[in-house]
Amino acid sequence: MTEFDPKIVGFLCNWCSYAGADLAGVSRIQYPPNIRIVRVMCSGRVDPAFILEAFKSGADGVLVAGCHLPADCHYISGNFKAYRRVTLLKKLLQQFGIEPERLRLEWVSASEGDRFATIIKDMVKEIKKLGPNPLRAGGKTSG
Amino acid sequence: MVDKVGAVLVVGGGIAGIQAALDLADSGFRVYVVEDTPSIGGTMTQLDKTFPTNDCAMCILAPKLVRAGRHANVHLITNAEIKKVKGEPGNFKVTITRRARYVDEEKCTGCGVCAQECPVEAIDEYEQGLSRRSAVFVKYLQAVPSTFAIDREKCIGCGTCQEVCRADAIIYEEKDEDVELSVGAIILALGFEEFDPSLKSEYGYSRYSNVVSSIEFERILSATGPYGGTVLRPSDGDLPRKIAFIQCVGSRDAKLGNNYCSSACCMYAIKEAVIAREHNPNLQCTIFFMDIRAYGKEFDAYYSRAEEEYGVRFVRSRISDVKKVLGSQNLIVRYVEDGEPKEEEFNLVVLSVGMKPPKHVEELAKTIGIKLNKYNFCSTETFSPLATSRLGVFVCGAFSSPKDIPESVAQASGAAARAGSLIATGRGKLTVAKKLPPEIEVSDKEPRVGVFVCHCGTNIGGIVNVPEVVEYAKTLPSVVYAEHNLYTCSQDTQRTIREKIKEHNLNRVVVASCTPRTHEPLFRETIREAGLNIYLFEMANIRDQCSWVHMHEPEKATEKAKDLVRSIVAKARLLKPLKKPMIDVTPVGLVIGGGLSGMTASLELAKQGFEVHLVEKEKELGGNLRHIHYMLGSEDPQERLRSIIKEVTENEKIHVHLDAEVADIEGYVGNFETTLTRGSDKKGINHGIVIVATGAVEYKPTEYLYGIDSRVLTQRELEEKIGEGEFKARTVVMIQCVGSRNDERPNCSRICCVQAVKNALKIKELSPETDVYILYKDIRTYGFNEDYYRKAADEGVLFIRYDDDHKPKVTQENGTLKILAMAPVLKTWFPIEPDLLVLSAATIPNPDNERIAQMLKVPLTKDRFFLEAHMKLRPVDFATDGVFLCGLAHSPKLIEESISQACGAAARAATILSKKRLEVEGAIANVNEDLCSGCRICEAVCEYSAIEMKEKDGKLVSSVLEALCKGCGVCGSTCPTGAISMLHFTDEEILAQVRAALKEEKKYD
Ligand code: FES
Repeated sequence: MTEFDPKIVGFLCNWCSYAGADLAGVSRIQYPPNIRIVRVMCSGRVDPAFILEAFKSGADGVLVAGCHLPADCHYISGNFKAYRRVTLLKKLLQQFGIEPERLRLEWVSASEGDRFATIIKDMVKEIKKLGPNPLRAGGKTSG
Repeated sequence: MVDKVGAVLVVGGGIAGIQAALDLADSGFRVYVVEDTPSIGGTMTQLDKTFPTNDCAMCILAPKLVRAGRHANVHLITNAEIKKVKGEPGNFKVTITRRARYVDEEKCTGCGVCAQECPVEAIDEYEQGLSRRSAVFVKYLQAVPSTFAIDREKCIGCGTCQEVCRADAIIYEEKDEDVELSVGAIILALGFEEFDPSLKSEYGYSRYSNVVSSIEFERILSATGPYGGTVLRPSDGDLPRKIAFIQCVGSRDAKLGNNYCSSACCMYAIKEAVIAREHNPNLQCTIFFMDIRAYGKEFDAYYSRAEEEYGVRFVRSRISDVKKVLGSQNLIVRYVEDGEPKEEEFNLVVLSVGMKPPKHVEELAKTIGIKLNKYNFCSTETFSPLATSRLGVFVCGAFSSPKDIPESVAQASGAAARAGSLIATGRGKLTVAKKLPPEIEVSDKEPRVGVFVCHCGTNIGGIVNVPEVVEYAKTLPSVVYAEHNLYTCSQDTQRTIREKIKEHNLNRVVVASCTPRTHEPLFRETIREAGLNIYLFEMANIRDQCSWVHMHEPEKATEKAKDLVRSIVAKARLLKPLKKPMIDVTPVGLVIGGGLSGMTASLELAKQGFEVHLVEKEKELGGNLRHIHYMLGSEDPQERLRSIIKEVTENEKIHVHLDAEVADIEGYVGNFETTLTRGSDKKGINHGIVIVATGAVEYKPTEYLYGIDSRVLTQRELEEKIGEGEFKARTVVMIQCVGSRNDERPNCSRICCVQAVKNALKIKELSPETDVYILYKDIRTYGFNEDYYRKAADEGVLFIRYDDDHKPKVTQENGTLKILAMAPVLKTWFPIEPDLLVLSAATIPNPDNERIAQMLKVPLTKDRFFLEAHMKLRPVDFATDGVFLCGLAHSPKLIEESISQACGAAARAATILSKKRLEVEGAIANVNEDLCSGCRICEAVCEYSAIEMKEKDGKLVSSVLEALCKGCGVCGSTCPTGAISMLHFTDEEILAQVRAALKEEKKYD
């Protein structure tokens, strides 16, 4: 059996978090290659349906990242909307049999390349402990 | 009044010249760029990476070069020089000699067959003589224009190139020709020449092949360089294990007559050491230096990382000489450290060569009629850093003083503003609109995706297996074509992309390379030129978010790159063409902050013909300049301040709001609405752009008994005292870096060394017998200010170095102020009992920055200064359209630098204000009225009041006000019936992207 190597989908807002992820690259801060980034204009664009689709398609973890609370969002309050939605969705996830820890909401600014890398490292570590997405593993956790 | 000629001549096609040209061309002027060599791009094209972001130089430069090359109002005249300048400001006649290049620019496609077949091997200047090129050549792979040229000195006239050229572009009989241009203003961006290190014979440059110059080392590091990006040494192609960098070669050298500091060498040497280490982790780099001058924005943080993370060793020393080891190609560096002679063996020695004035500068200065300073750089004054001695002729970049790239870029924009102000009445008179082919209808066609994967030199290709990604892309649904490019952003690749679109009928294009944040505009323009709507383009970020962050896992990085390409192709297949709405522009500027920068920016905008609101929270204009009483040169700052204030207050176009604050800013580029408050009064203003010039403040020290003993002052307080004629002391001690370069504020405050030297010299002038000690970590009097450092030393000012482990100790005993300083070499503490202790306190960000940043939605750095859109090439822009910055709000800087930046911000703003109407984002919300239930949730969540409810066929439906919608997509993700889609980020597109990112998962059992 191959060692479990989690797949993470990251929804990053264009203005802060995507720029922060770019900065990690420019600064050559290394992190594990487990995340696949989807660029959206604002974290407030992230529909719960996107997150659920990611889990359904086999993601072991989902990251939603936006500009810092309270006031950094480029569109004023999209980050608050993301905050409310993700909090609610975490509760629902449990009913689908998905550990809420698999979904993370983080604030990463354009100058926080190191923070972005740290979040990814940490997420990969935590999800490795949880094992593969239970939906994918047929309801059982293994790995 | 006669109209001024609405055209500008820019001399020099390096980064500064190109920036000035683009700013002017974007604000309604025709521009001619005259470049001496066959291609534009200048020195920056030879660099591998740039500090402090480690961006690949070519990657960030190429989009600008390509834009200049294809801009309808920029005319590149390469391989040419100035012959004569006649006329007056506003109306010059300039004669240019175009030297024959023997290749027809119209016909040459840049295919390179001629160079392959050419039998002559000539030395390649671009590769610094490290490799060879043919007699028919192009300067560098991504050259703009990509036309070849024949070097007639090397050419043997065999006729081979003429035979093989299918385009019929070779013209052996071409002659030099003169052209006359009519222009209103001239900008000199002549750049610099590298110091010739063979003049320092003790370093053995011309004797030993393993002693190279720093610019040669850039080529060695570069993926497109002679060794393909592997760090090898020239003598035997061996991998070096130990590299020495020797600083200040040809700079700070009074014997040579080059006393000035070249300003950029410390940082580029650190960068070269870091990058070399990245190429080869076993490499040991040592930098031999006098002072490390990491004075710019975030530079010190970079310096620390080099030391701590990359193990770069820094040795403060004087070099005696470099000798070859007998019987080997290695070199011995002999040096003196702490008074002790030492020596060490290295495999390769890099000489950090300084900047010299450009070649033939004296002749050129005569032709143009401008004065040079004593070092033969362009002569300028502190308060008019962009003006030469001839009216109507402006200067920018390294030709006015040695400087790094962002400074050159800001100055270039500044020079563009000054030129634009001069010929404002000629705006729009000579410009032409670009012709684009009609858009191809794609909505009725099956998607046909073309994928272009970039090697980015070795940035991507060195880690990710690019050919494998290309082969993989070919297997994806709807992909009908895929290829890889050394640099997908280069001008020749733009042509390839256009050709491939035609050849394969592509109707969607994907580029897998760097980040869309910097490169999407370039590729969008390319596909538009091929008749595709700009929204039919997508990017996979396989560099910043893949190869650069997984450098040690090439296989996994390759897998990830494939996933990213697959997922973006899935989105690209669904892309729809979109229209960009047009909005009106309010031709009015808002400048926040009434210090020197804010006033300068306001004046430049007003002179260009735009109305300006200048808001200052204090009761008077002037900011920090009010506290400056004398300069290092002969200018009188208070007199200058009074005249600038007078000019501002008397200018009818400038509305000064004193004692006022910005309470709220609404709106977007072209149409901002701002509320100003003054006490309880409120006032609304409408404007099209914002310039942030909020300045900075002096740190109030908590160290060294400041505030406890009245003899302890800051530099500014000392200056006030001297200014008021109250100075009296027999012994003065100054301590540098108080509140800077520490754990809390790791970066340098840049101006304090110059300020300390200035005050020390003033003291010596007023009272020559007073003893002045300056306790410092590094003296950072960069550029021509080095002269004053030397002067201070000559006049007996004592400079004593301290380090973090041996900081000066300040005590007060029985009323005596006592300072213990560590004596260098002897390494013992010795006491000084001064009458005054002067602290060089840090320059710290304005506390208002936080509030203003939030209001404008623009970012701050970790130190809380404002963070520009790009540290290297967009120094005065924010990422948010229509918002700009300048002066101390950006980072600490000297007066002339603030003025240059302020003019630069004005030029950038003018590119918007000069347009009546502006195209805005087409990726906005869109309502499907059939699905809309009229629930009004979208109306409630929209922060921009961009949703309006209207009646349609008897039911209430929402509709989007296009100019107000900013495209955040919040309404789309809130709409319960799925009636709102966020164009270009639709549910279908994102869901497809998500699914494809995860498909082809390995199963676990
Ligand atoms: S733009 Fe970053 S969260 Fe809204």
